[in-house]
Amino acid sequence: MSRLRLEPRASTPAWLGLALPLAALAATLILCSGLILLAGAGVLPAYQALASGAFGSRFNSFETLVKAAPLVFTGLAAALAFRARFWNIGGEGQLLAGAMAAAFIGSQAGLPGWALLPGMILGGAAAGAVAALVPALLRLRLKVDDVVASLMLNFVIYYAMLALLDGPWKDPLSGYPDSPDILPAAEYPMLWRASRLHLGVLLALLAAPALWFLVRRTTFGFALRAVGDNPRAAAHAGIRAGAVLLVVAALSGALAGLAGVGEVAGVHYQVMAGLSPGYGYTGIVVAMLARLNPLGVLPAALFFAAVATGAETLARTTGVPVFLADVIQGTALLCMLTALLFTSHRVRWQRRGGEAGH
Amino acid sequence: MAAPLLELSGIDKRFGAAHANRAVDLRLDHGEILGLLGENGAGKTTLMNILFGLYAADAGTIRIAGQPVRIRHPADSLAHGIGMVHQHFHLVDRMTVLENLLIGQPGRRGRLDRAGALAKLASLGERYGLRLAPERLVETLTVGEQQRLEIMKALYRGARILILDEPTSVLTPSEADGLFRALRAMAAEGVGVIYISHKLAELRALVSRVVVLRQGRVVGDLALTEAVTDQQLARLMCGQDLAAPTRTARAPGPTLLELQGIGAAARGRHGVALDDISFSLAAGEILGIAGVSGNGQRELAQLIAGLVPPRRGRLLVAGQILRRPTPRQLRRLGVAVIPEDRLGEGLIAGAPLAESLALARFHEPPFSRHGVLRLAAMAEFAAAQIAAFDVRSASPGGRTGALSGGNLQKALLARELAFGPRLLIAAQPTRGLDVAAQAFVHSRLLELCRQGGAVLLISEDLDELSALSDRIAVMHGGRIVGILPVAEADRTRLGLMMAGQAAAA
Amino acid sequence: MAGRRAISALWDLLLQVGFFAAVLRVATPLLLATLGELLCERAGVLNLGIEGIMLLGAMTGFSVAYFTGELWLGILAALLVGALFGLLLGLLTVSLGLSQHVAGLGITMLCTGLSFYAYRLIFGQPGQPPHIEPFQTLPVPGLAELPWLGPVLFDQVPLVYLALLLVPLLAFLLYRTPWGLNLRAVGENPQAAASAGVAVFAMRYQALALGGALMGLAGAYLSLAQFNAFTFGVISGRGWVCIALVVLARWDPWRAAGAALLFGALDALQLRLQSSGAFGLPYPLFLMLPFLATILAMALLARSARAPAALLAPFRREER
Repeated sequence: MSRLRLEPRASTPAWLGLALPLAALAATLILCSGLILLAGAGVLPAYQALASGAFGSRFNSFETLVKAAPLVFTGLAAALAFRARFWNIGGEGQLLAGAMAAAFIGSQAGLPGWALLPGMILGGAAAGAVAALVPALLRLRLKVDDVVASLMLNFVIYYAMLALLDGPWKDPLSGYPDSPDILPAAEYPMLWRASRLHLGVLLALLAAPALWFLVRRTTFGFALRAVGDNPRAAAHAGIRAGAVLLVVAALSGALAGLAGVGEVAGVHYQVMAGLSPGYGYTGIVVAMLARLNPLGVLPAALFFAAVATGAETLARTTGVPVFLADVIQGTALLCMLTALLFTSHRVRWQRRGGEAGH
Repeated sequence: MAAPLLELSGIDKRFGAAHANRAVDLRLDHGEILGLLGENGAGKTTLMNILFGLYAADAGTIRIAGQPVRIRHPADSLAHGIGMVHQHFHLVDRMTVLENLLIGQPGRRGRLDRAGALAKLASLGERYGLRLAPERLVETLTVGEQQRLEIMKALYRGARILILDEPTSVLTPSEADGLFRALRAMAAEGVGVIYISHKLAELRALVSRVVVLRQGRVVGDLALTEAVTDQQLARLMCGQDLAAPTRTARAPGPTLLELQGIGAAARGRHGVALDDISFSLAAGEILGIAGVSGNGQRELAQLIAGLVPPRRGRLLVAGQILRRPTPRQLRRLGVAVIPEDRLGEGLIAGAPLAESLALARFHEPPFSRHGVLRLAAMAEFAAAQIAAFDVRSASPGGRTGALSGGNLQKALLARELAFGPRLLIAAQPTRGLDVAAQAFVHSRLLELCRQGGAVLLISEDLDELSALSDRIAVMHGGRIVGILPVAEADRTRLGLMMAGQAAAA
Repeated sequence: MAGRRAISALWDLLLQVGFFAAVLRVATPLLLATLGELLCERAGVLNLGIEGIMLLGAMTGFSVAYFTGELWLGILAALLVGALFGLLLGLLTVSLGLSQHVAGLGITMLCTGLSFYAYRLIFGQPGQPPHIEPFQTLPVPGLAELPWLGPVLFDQVPLVYLALLLVPLLAFLLYRTPWGLNLRAVGENPQAAASAGVAVFAMRYQALALGGALMGLAGAYLSLAQFNAFTFGVISGRGWVCIALVVLARWDPWRAAGAALLFGALDALQLRLQSSGAFGLPYPLFLMLPFLATILAMALLARSARAPAALLAPFRREER
């Protein structure tokens, strides 16, 4: 007679912080290997193909970095919001809002060339912020569950975008649902000649430490963590939780919006239906894997970007469906969530006692 | 000789490092009311939860009427006729009295057996005088009625052994008398009762034998006769003589806090509206607030802490009128607060202790400058407070939630007293603490008064209030029924006032 | 002028019998999934895996029916796979006490990935998606000939009848049986239920398995009775709408039927508007309607709604 028992931990050993995400990833890859076998491929060759697809050449590595940039932004958006217990699942919609704003501003021939890029960045961030403020206000004023509201808003914004593409933005000649291209002056400059490595990648790289500083080293960060951890104690300490929530929502939405700006200004130069393959949702997984630490978002985003680019190569070379990337994502989220339990609890197998006889 | 109704032997239980029960032996006879006496944290509740199947013991044997039994789940203990009335009621607020009786009960041909339940309910009323309308929602019952329902639940399930955990802490004295009558009626029918308490007067009125627990061990099992003195019991319970805190009369200084006809709306489902509350508190004084739990004490503390704005009346702190006080404004005026729920309202369980200790003032020097935190200053402050208040097994970087109740309270007290407050609002500051920690908290409160500060002490422990306060105000239904100087505040008078009768006598 | 014409066209539409029959058809998957979610939440677990479980149910049901030629085997497979992932959510949120929000989203992501992966593995990338012969309507003898009521209520596919019968059945189970009382007690106050001898974990697992099965069934209805094929967008947010419908229904099976019919009507209406090209508006605006309506409904009702008190709170038997 034995059973699983969870015991609260007094403190979390430092090594666990690094070991847990790695253990979660290892568990994920092992769990997903069954699917690879089902597809008739070898597990090790498949993961090798995945890795070489992601990092095998300079082109592949750059492709991975380009995919990582939006994931860093949506990952940071989720990490910031979740830290304050604002369940912003609306990263996808906020990304699209940012993208639409960027595409609109970027195609304004009336604006001076130098104003285009800053205008797109600010406009995209603002659009994302507004989109995130809606569920925050609904929660504050009307007690609407933020998960449901932000999820619904993803669909509203997505269909609004399709309506734009099917209406005012429809190409009058071809009839394609693509928005007009942005002006050349509105494109992100490339960091490396003749590559697709655009300015947005650098911005993402800089955003992570900046957000880390905000969360860990400023009084605002202290307040948002307090509101997230214990809203009643925060209220006793004079922190206005509502105001903190709104600022967090705006910042979170702005970050997701910047992901959309990058996709328009650095990759597609226009808005179309398939602009985001679910970057907003993947951002949630990125944030969890990073344990909501903004610096951890960088490697976590890189990992999922690598899985996404690698899976394409994998599908081409071995016939393992490209959707392995999605399965890995879901599994990784669940594994990491389970692994996080070990930061606050230790798990013991315990023999049962308290019965007659010994 | 017939086997005893219940016999525990060698019960042992650990929670991680804490040893809650050590080789406990205990015997209960048919029709006996047994007192289980011990301090907070002595292991009484743990022992009873083991008996009830909520916890699993690490070792030991349970016998009922001589037969060894295994109790691994509450369902097992119910099947063996053990019923328990917990300190925090285990009732479903949004269900009716009848539905609460039926939870976990088998049905009749797959359906709920309402008719059978109603018949049983009626017979409980006849036998023990326990009556409640079956269709009333639990959330509309008073606390006393909810307790009655808990006892009815146990009897409904055919309990032969009834455990009550600190049953009178939520009752007025007259409600307590009703409870005692019902318990005696049950004992007369052969039900065995284990009555957990640390109130000696109550035990003397009800039980003939007590078992005393200290630090998880049985340190006494004796007939409770006239010959046994309170001192003897207290020494058994605490392992030392209780040193009553010494209060010295002081000349009152200037008024620090004044409430004039304060009213506030009820908030939340179980909130209480405050009505026409007036009192003043002078430097060097401790004003006690007594009352049965849930009569507006919590709301009063929240109002003076700046969490709830007054709707009517005037609030003056240090002579300044505050219309819509905020927590930060109050802190600037020298008000410190020890909230009732230490971990829930005061500190942050998941955060390092240094952050919990900086929580009240993180936005100003020395903890931050120009919006940037100064981690070194926070750690330094935390280390200094840990040393000064003897917070055990704590470090500035350690998780706050890992501390024990007493050490949490020391940490909270350290934070609130660190910046020289003039007025301290202390809500239930010693609840759940051991004697040493209680004494420590008391000494700090008295010291604050000696230094010219004032304390508003909200407590449900009349002994504590009598020992520390200069005056005691009694709350009932969101109002202050009366304010007595401590010399005139005897138990009977306070008891009547707590039941809502004005201090006419 | 155009406005008046549109309104009179709308009026004509609402008077057609076919519209109401369509409402019932469209509402059925919403009703099934809403009842599933309601069961989970009544036991205290928010099941955000609903969207993914529905998708996996649609895929599994379709694949099994396609290869066996037996629609009912497809239904059975969808029920089983739904129950299985309900139990997985139980392992995470009940036994391990993990965040119901994150675990639910994780289940949705996992199920979505698995559905796409398995479908691609099984069917490859055909030019035309494979179809099955869907469920046929089963007129109820005698009743199907009734004027108006007959074609609306009694000339439907069997799954519609099943969904409608589930409403009184679940209401009976929840309110009239010991099982239902215990389930509700577990969702309101697990501590109280446990001390009354109810096995809290077992009740929650049962609710999650049953609820998951209903979600799988809802998905299979879409691929086997409504679209006759599996597409990646077959669910497209229906599951999330059902989360809101549970709030709208205040956790009551009867009201759930009302809420599902209301949203079914909205969905049927937007489908007609879409195909009629009404108002000359881009069609995605109509697709947006159910989601806007959901947000609006939540905004109006969330404040007064009282969820089961223990929703989202993990229950740990032994902890100090």
